[in-house]
Amino acid sequence: MTQYLLSVVTPAEGGEPPTPDELTAIMSRVEAVQTRVRQAGAWVFAGGLAAPSSATVLRPKGDEVLLVDGPFAEGKEYLGGLSVIDVADLDEALRWGREFVAAIGLPIEVRPFEW
Amino acid sequence: MTEPAVEQVFREQYARAVAVLVRVFGDVDVAEEAVADAFTTAVQRWPEDGVPPSPAGWIITTARHRAIDRLRREGSRADRYAQAALLHAAAEPVDRGPVADDRLRLVFTCCHPALSPPAQVALTLRLLGGLTTAEIAAAFLVPEPTMGQRLVRAKAKIRAGRIPYRVPTAADLPARLGSVLAVVYLVFTEGHTATGGDQLARADLCAEAVRLGRLLHELMPDEPEVIGLLALMLLTESRRPVRTTADGELVLLADQDRSRWDAALVAEGQALVRDCLRRAQPGPYQVQAAIAAVHSDARTAVETDWAQVRQLYDLLLELTPTPVVALHRAVAVAEVEGPAAGLALVDGLTLPGHLVHAVRADLLRRLGRREEAAAAYAAALERVGNAAERAFLERRLAEQRAAG
Repeated sequence: MTQYLLSVVTPAEGGEPPTPDELTAIMSRVEAVQTRVRQAGAWVFAGGLAAPSSATVLRPKGDEVLLVDGPFAEGKEYLGGLSVIDVADLDEALRWGREFVAAIGLPIEVRPFEW
Repeated sequence: MTEPAVEQVFREQYARAVAVLVRVFGDVDVAEEAVADAFTTAVQRWPEDGVPPSPAGWIITTARHRAIDRLRREGSRADRYAQAALLHAAAEPVDRGPVADDRLRLVFTCCHPALSPPAQVALTLRLLGGLTTAEIAAAFLVPEPTMGQRLVRAKAKIRAGRIPYRVPTAADLPARLGSVLAVVYLVFTEGHTATGGDQLARADLCAEAVRLGRLLHELMPDEPEVIGLLALMLLTESRRPVRTTADGELVLLADQDRSRWDAALVAEGQALVRDCLRRAQPGPYQVQAAIAAVHSDARTAVETDWAQVRQLYDLLLELTPTPVVALHRAVAVAEVEGPAAGLALVDGLTLPGHLVHAVRADLLRRLGRREEAAAAYAAALERVGNAAERAFLERRLAEQRAAG
């Protein structure tokens, strides 16, 4: 079995953010997929992240560590949420990935763990 | 590889050997290296010992032993890939009987849609065609280190991402087969009309694509689009002897000496097209093969059944509504209804590349609109990459300017 990270690629700007009603609908679809992932015995971990502006970056500087307010890099997209699944191969991972795409309507990056 | 017997076995059995070894070890790199080792040993041994009764079996058995030796010797306990490959080999029999052909699995691994199309092409030529990295690089006019990197990355993705080694389920097959056929056809079209370089066609690539097409047909004899693709390639290939003059200049279909088309390839292609028609499940490759078959039915260009060609393009445009197909259909419409009707369709199309300008130029030329034709030839020349096509367009442009 191999673990895969399924990242939700969220646009930082442009495009309307979902309305509260849409968000509720998305969340219930995501939960339905999560339930199926659990039932298939593939579930490892999942979560949605707070806005990138809430991030703090720790940077090594000599022996010190500097704190920087904000995300590591301002990009056109950010990591909005993630799932870790444990499945036999890439085809299975892609199959779950498709379900998340259908539920969320955003691109999903599927990436294997090395260890 | 100097020994002719070894070379022939290599040509015929390389793909099968790699495919079996990939299954046995679950790893492409291990398989490739093992098969290369086995052929090196064959070059040393066969001239003295003679060719073994089952050369393919000998290669596969030798490769398996070599790989196990190498993994035990070089793979440290910490090397989890080596350990996994050894474990895999312990559980996998070499022979799985005649039913399961490992090459088909390997085809679907090489053409997995998670790999980029250039990576799919490179892997297919490498693992199923047995071409070296240098040969693939030369064929696609890419520096060898670039092609090497592309292969290394693709194999690393297969390994780390666990791209499976199996034939897709019936539900996934149509989509997955699509990328397999696309890879083979890409090799063929690059061979047929090289996107760069001095030669119009690269016969070696066409031959390799036909070989892969035959392999797919052998492995999936009942897939109509597999039959269609092979027919299309054979019928196109049949015209190669007369597609260029001795000087390498392009000769259009209408001007080709049809008596010099390869009759054996025409007959084989047409028989495959008839097989497709009986199956009555048309797809884009089958329809394109049928169009090629209509052309090959006509002993002279004027005898061409353009009405049928046009009907087939109508169907093709329905199946694949792309500007390129619309452009080809416009050419057929011009033959049936006259150049003005064709031009009206072409004027509504926008697509990159030189072809649309070349077609437009030809239609304007036939309508006697010389200045516009010259401008369109010039536009085509700005975009063409192949030397033989360039020479043809330059000749036509000069004619228009001289006449105007």
